[in-house]
Amino acid sequence: MTGDLKILVIDEDPVRAAILKEGLSDGGHLCVEWIADTSNLYARISALDPDVVLIDLENPNRDVLEQMFQVSREVKRPIAMFVDQSDSAMITASVDAGVSAYIVDGLRKERIKSILDMTISRFNAFSRLQRELDDTKSQLEDRKIIDRAKGILMRQKGIGEDEAYALLRRNAMNQKKKISEIAASVVTAADLLS
Amino acid sequence: MNITDSLTTVRAGFIPLVDCAVLVAAREKGFAAALGLDLQLFKEVSWANIRDRINVGQFDVAHMLAGMPIAQSLGVGHVKVPTIAPMALGVGGNAITVSHALYKQLSDTGLDLSTPLNAAQALRQVVDKRRGDNIEPLSFGQVFPFSCHNYQLRYWMAAAGIDPERDVRLVVIPPPYMVKSLDAGQVDGFCVGEPWNTQAAEQGVGVILTRTAAFWPFGPEKVLGLQQSWAEQHPGTLKALLQALDQAARWADDPARHIELAALLARPEYLDVAESVVLSALKGDLSFRANGAMRADDEHALWLYAQMVRWGQTPLSRDAEQAVRQTYRPDLLKDALGDVPHNELGKDAQPFDGVPFSAGDVPGYIAALTIKV
Repeated sequence: MTGDLKILVIDEDPVRAAILKEGLSDGGHLCVEWIADTSNLYARISALDPDVVLIDLENPNRDVLEQMFQVSREVKRPIAMFVDQSDSAMITASVDAGVSAYIVDGLRKERIKSILDMTISRFNAFSRLQRELDDTKSQLEDRKIIDRAKGILMRQKGIGEDEAYALLRRNAMNQKKKISEIAASVVTAADLLS
Repeated sequence: MNITDSLTTVRAGFIPLVDCAVLVAAREKGFAAALGLDLQLFKEVSWANIRDRINVGQFDVAHMLAGMPIAQSLGVGHVKVPTIAPMALGVGGNAITVSHALYKQLSDTGLDLSTPLNAAQALRQVVDKRRGDNIEPLSFGQVFPFSCHNYQLRYWMAAAGIDPERDVRLVVIPPPYMVKSLDAGQVDGFCVGEPWNTQAAEQGVGVILTRTAAFWPFGPEKVLGLQQSWAEQHPGTLKALLQALDQAARWADDPARHIELAALLARPEYLDVAESVVLSALKGDLSFRANGAMRADDEHALWLYAQMVRWGQTPLSRDAEQAVRQTYRPDLLKDALGDVPHNELGKDAQPFDGVPFSAGDVPGYIAALTIKV
């Protein structure tokens, strides 16, 4: 029985929060609240009274939590993040993944380990997705600029598409640059000269 | 060969505040590179992140609040990781700023607010009146449980008989949100480092009530923090780093460099604020090297430890005191730079609250205080 733990997710990224929520609910944790905007955090956390708080490391409000969980009168129950020396592997994994967890004092470790494992793996999965998305975006950008450069070369030099591409590639190899970089300079030069 | 190939990498975390200047100058003005270091700077959004990234080894060194290496070494509120501070990165630069509404109430008491004790006494009258009228307590922002700002606010209030635990509400607000929170009325005042006090004043959001240097013994505000084990494993790198930071601090302290320094710090990868704001802040009481500002000594660490004990963050114990004495390490600074003059700032001043502090008798100091947890 794990569903009775109240988990609060503080994350400004709705997609990552959704990915995490889904993972937690797959693991049987249905009592998950998500806060995106962190105004008035004290009052909202006190009202929610969570057992576990998960917050992404890009969030400056992490320091607000640090204070809140130091001062027990602000929240009903003291919460700490990994006060045990034996948690260092978990801390490393969570910092690497970009997430931090605050847990009600006295909660048994085995009860939260699966939650933390899940959070870390979902954060890592999200970063991977983000990287893939960024790569795809930049590949698209590259392709667009290469196409424009090819068009310019074809018009100005009266050559075919394959030849224009070969020219860009040869220059890139000679200058030890990416084709998209050479293409960008062709486009810039054409813009300046037009 | 690329020149950076032959340099030793040092990864340093910092928070965008004017007193990250020494680290920025060491990198940007080439002091670090000249001593064989590729000093890589990483902007962080929270002190908690700085602590964690030092603990897991993602950062070698960091811009830390003066209380952080002490809290780390004692394991207060977190895992215990022996952390040291071989030098201070800045002294001064903090102020207490209040909203116009609160400033008016303070002025209405008729007290001359230009001295910090009067200002605190005026605050006490306002606090008492609010309690009498059943109005909810005033809120003040500070930046972290182990920040000087937290201890300075409490020290200042307690000197006028205000119990910061009972009479007001103290909340943590990340420095970049401080001005906005004051403007939105979420807090009535705050204690923060520069450039945020200057920005609040320049934007007409608040009034700088007092510089904290006016009442606080002049210890380090930020320090260079690192794991003790890192220092043991990289003695040569640390020595070179301290030498580079010394040169950077000398450069940053020179008023003739302030225009250039302000332009550097204002850049998006550092503070990302207007140059004019940084420049005004540099004209304040912040110093990096002059008058022994680089020294982080035992007595400074013990003073901060005493504040931690005073406010119930950690119990008083002989063992803890011993651990605190291992935290600030002027011996490492001496190894790197030779003799560095002591920080004599504020040394002869009478204690603001009338309670003298002796590093040799922390229990006596705690016993002499009336307002404490």
